[in-house]
Amino acid sequence: METIMSILIGVLFAIGTYLVLTKSLLRIILGTSVISHGVNLLILIMGGVKTGGPPLLGLDALSFTDALPQALILTAIVISFATTALFLVLSYRAYKVLGTDDTEQMRGNENE
Amino acid sequence: MSVLHIMVLIPFAFALLVPFLYKMFTPRIHTGWFVLLVPLTIFLYLLRYVPVISQGRTIQIHVPWMPSFGINYSTYIDGLSLIFGLLISGIGALVILYSIYYLSKHREALHNFYVYILLFMGAMLGVVFSDNVMVLYVFWELTSISSFLLIAYWYQRERSRYGAQKSMLITIFGGLAMLAGLIMLSMITDTYSIREMISQIELIHSHAFFLPAMFLILIGAFTKSAQFPFSIWLPDAMEAPTPISAYLHSATMVKAGIYLVARFTPVFGGTAEWFWLVSAAGIITLLYGSINAVKQTDLKALLAFSTISQLGLIMSLFGLGSAALYFGAGDDSSMYAVATLAAIFHLINHSTFKGSLFMVVGIIDHETGTRDIRRLGGLINLMPISFTLTLIGSFSMAGLPPFNGFLSKEMFFTAVLNASNMSVFNMESLGILVPVIAWIASVFTFIYCMILVFKTFFGKYKPDKLDKIAHEPPIGMLISPAVLASLVILIFFFPNVLSDYLLKPAVAAVLPSLAQGSLIDIKISAWHGFNAELFMTIGVVLLGSVLYVTLKKWKGIYRYYPETLTLNHFYNNFLEGGEGVSRSLTNRYMTGYIRDYLIYIFGFLIIMVGGSLLSLNAIAYNPANDAPITLYEWALIIAMVIVALTIVLSRSRLTAIIALGGLGYLVSMLFVVFRAPDLALTQLVVETVTTALFLLCFYHLPKYFKGNGRVPFKPLNLVISVGVGAVVALFALSADGNRLFEPIAGYYENSYELAGARNIVNAILVDFRGIDTMLEIFVLCIAALGVYLLIKFEMKGRE
Repeated sequence: METIMSILIGVLFAIGTYLVLTKSLLRIILGTSVISHGVNLLILIMGGVKTGGPPLLGLDALSFTDALPQALILTAIVISFATTALFLVLSYRAYKVLGTDDTEQMRGNENE
Repeated sequence: MSVLHIMVLIPFAFALLVPFLYKMFTPRIHTGWFVLLVPLTIFLYLLRYVPVISQGRTIQIHVPWMPSFGINYSTYIDGLSLIFGLLISGIGALVILYSIYYLSKHREALHNFYVYILLFMGAMLGVVFSDNVMVLYVFWELTSISSFLLIAYWYQRERSRYGAQKSMLITIFGGLAMLAGLIMLSMITDTYSIREMISQIELIHSHAFFLPAMFLILIGAFTKSAQFPFSIWLPDAMEAPTPISAYLHSATMVKAGIYLVARFTPVFGGTAEWFWLVSAAGIITLLYGSINAVKQTDLKALLAFSTISQLGLIMSLFGLGSAALYFGAGDDSSMYAVATLAAIFHLINHSTFKGSLFMVVGIIDHETGTRDIRRLGGLINLMPISFTLTLIGSFSMAGLPPFNGFLSKEMFFTAVLNASNMSVFNMESLGILVPVIAWIASVFTFIYCMILVFKTFFGKYKPDKLDKIAHEPPIGMLISPAVLASLVILIFFFPNVLSDYLLKPAVAAVLPSLAQGSLIDIKISAWHGFNAELFMTIGVVLLGSVLYVTLKKWKGIYRYYPETLTLNHFYNNFLEGGEGVSRSLTNRYMTGYIRDYLIYIFGFLIIMVGGSLLSLNAIAYNPANDAPITLYEWALIIAMVIVALTIVLSRSRLTAIIALGGLGYLVSMLFVVFRAPDLALTQLVVETVTTALFLLCFYHLPKYFKGNGRVPFKPLNLVISVGVGAVVALFALSADGNRLFEPIAGYYENSYELAGARNIVNAILVDFRGIDTMLEIFVLCIAALGVYLLIKFEMKGRE
């Protein structure tokens, strides 16, 4: 399972990176979302998979899966949601003001 | 925390008050009156130490600061630091008093000025009273920074900015070299305390780092004290207001390098390298400064070069005096200790006469509107008091009686004559050079001193060339230079009072092995009979007078020196060339395209993570512990790959967004498989909202791939993304294969006992790591505000 998951994470990273390197703002945002899925899964398998029941006390499980990565991922999901939302609105605004969503054309002024 | 620590910190604390005082009392009361209290308090406080120190005692007070790093704010008072402390606070008080009349309370940004000067004062006191080299270094750099700020005080002027930058670049370069040297010393001795370093001299002398450390520390000292060839910053630093030139650039800050040399003489002294480096740098600087001073036409530039020259004189005396450590205790060593005594004596004398000269030049500038010798002349009748003060200062600097400069100049000649008779350190062959160069430099010193007096105050008064009508300044402006000038005379008549109370303890601090043996038994007296020193002085006066009178005839030879060979020319070219090179280098990779920057980031990710995996032999693949995998999970994973590929390959935006949503839902199903119910729920909710948001926004965004509608393909992007994917996959596999530590999750499994929660993940979020979560909410709020503002507000304020 871990081997297959590692390969899956690699695939998600590769696809996300490819998207981020393109010119279209929308595709860049899509790419960051894909990468964040990869990161979440990466953190999760760091704690080991299928080592026990869900981390809820009171269930009849003898052992639990590692709760720490889960807590970290929970935070990461919410934060990446916030950044995605901001990023989307920023690109919307940038398009309205600048009239393009092509990052190659969005170069700054002379003093950059 | 002792009172002494507080004294060092008072200027910093008071600097915080200055802006408020300035705001409240300007223009009723000049801010300087308040600031004057600070150096006065410190000076009076330090005077209390004089009787204690003169009995040969030293005081050391420890205050732990970062004890685990060995960094303590330890203060140490001996004769040397006490002299510096008195100079800093005493001349500081006079300079501030002078500045009250020099800087107009109506026109000048006084709050800036006094904040900077207090910053400097505190930093300089910190330098001389710290025993810990790290603390010393921090204060040292702070003096460079405050000097930079003060030189650039009139920052509207281009020359001020140029001078400030130059001094900053050179002194900070030296400071960093010094830091490296200090770190080497602390590596050898395993301590940051100078006291403890001195107690391990044998260890330091036999270590391989001995010479590099010495060399680096000397670079720090030479840059700060404007020794040749680092001297070029000092003339340009004269763009600062004159009180600053008097204070920082002649009396105190430039002597920090001399302080450092004196402070580290017990560590490095007694070796041929230290003797030669310090003496030679000093002697060359002495000659260079005095020759250059003669050709200056600006009074302040003349004083700047004379300061360089005098600093060289003091430096060379410390170098010659360090020979005493070679001989240990005994008659030989006390013969060379004369040089050290002369160095400290001249250090004080120089501060008195040069301080007063700077102030008088400031007065001349203030009252006539120019400092150009060619426009000045005949001021003796108009400004008799200023003339008297200049006469005292200049004659003292020239080494004439009855002024203190005569005494130290005679001792200087004694020291160089003693040194030329030395039989160690190769002095047998080269020794005769020292008195010869010293004598030539003294002749030039005499000439520029005469220029200072006679070109300014005698000759024809040229009112048509002056902007203002020359007259005496307000009495307040004359107080400070008059105090210094009277000291010049007092010290001449009572040198041994000064010597017993201040100089001898300082010599003991510089040459500790001497103090343990016989106490230094040197009387300073004006008359030694007709000896070689006196004849040297008479020779200086005779030849100097002849050369001064015939100045016009031979001054032309200065023009033969090619401009392209000057140090300034080299510095300017180096700076311009460096700017050009760095600009073209930067332009080569800073293209302005986001894609290029991202490629650097991902490229470095591949190189750094992949490289360290390879170089640390960290790649491990261990499928033995893999959990079993079911058909359902296979289906999920394959579906995820297909969906992810759809995002990148689809030509329609809508398909890509839906596919991203699908990927999110599949991830949440994987969370279910991995026994993470909270994650699965959160992911479901968030994914739904995100997809909705995407759908809302994409409506407003333009279509993909204008033109032929095909998905563009870039091979380099593919290579990089496959590389990133491969490195991350390898990393994940290796992390799984190398399980080095026990997981710490066991602690959180007590969440019911510790936090009263049955859901461990929730307990971690809201209890164990509660502040993290609070900050996370904070991030969400900021993002929400950003979203709201970006949508709601049009760019109204732009036009």
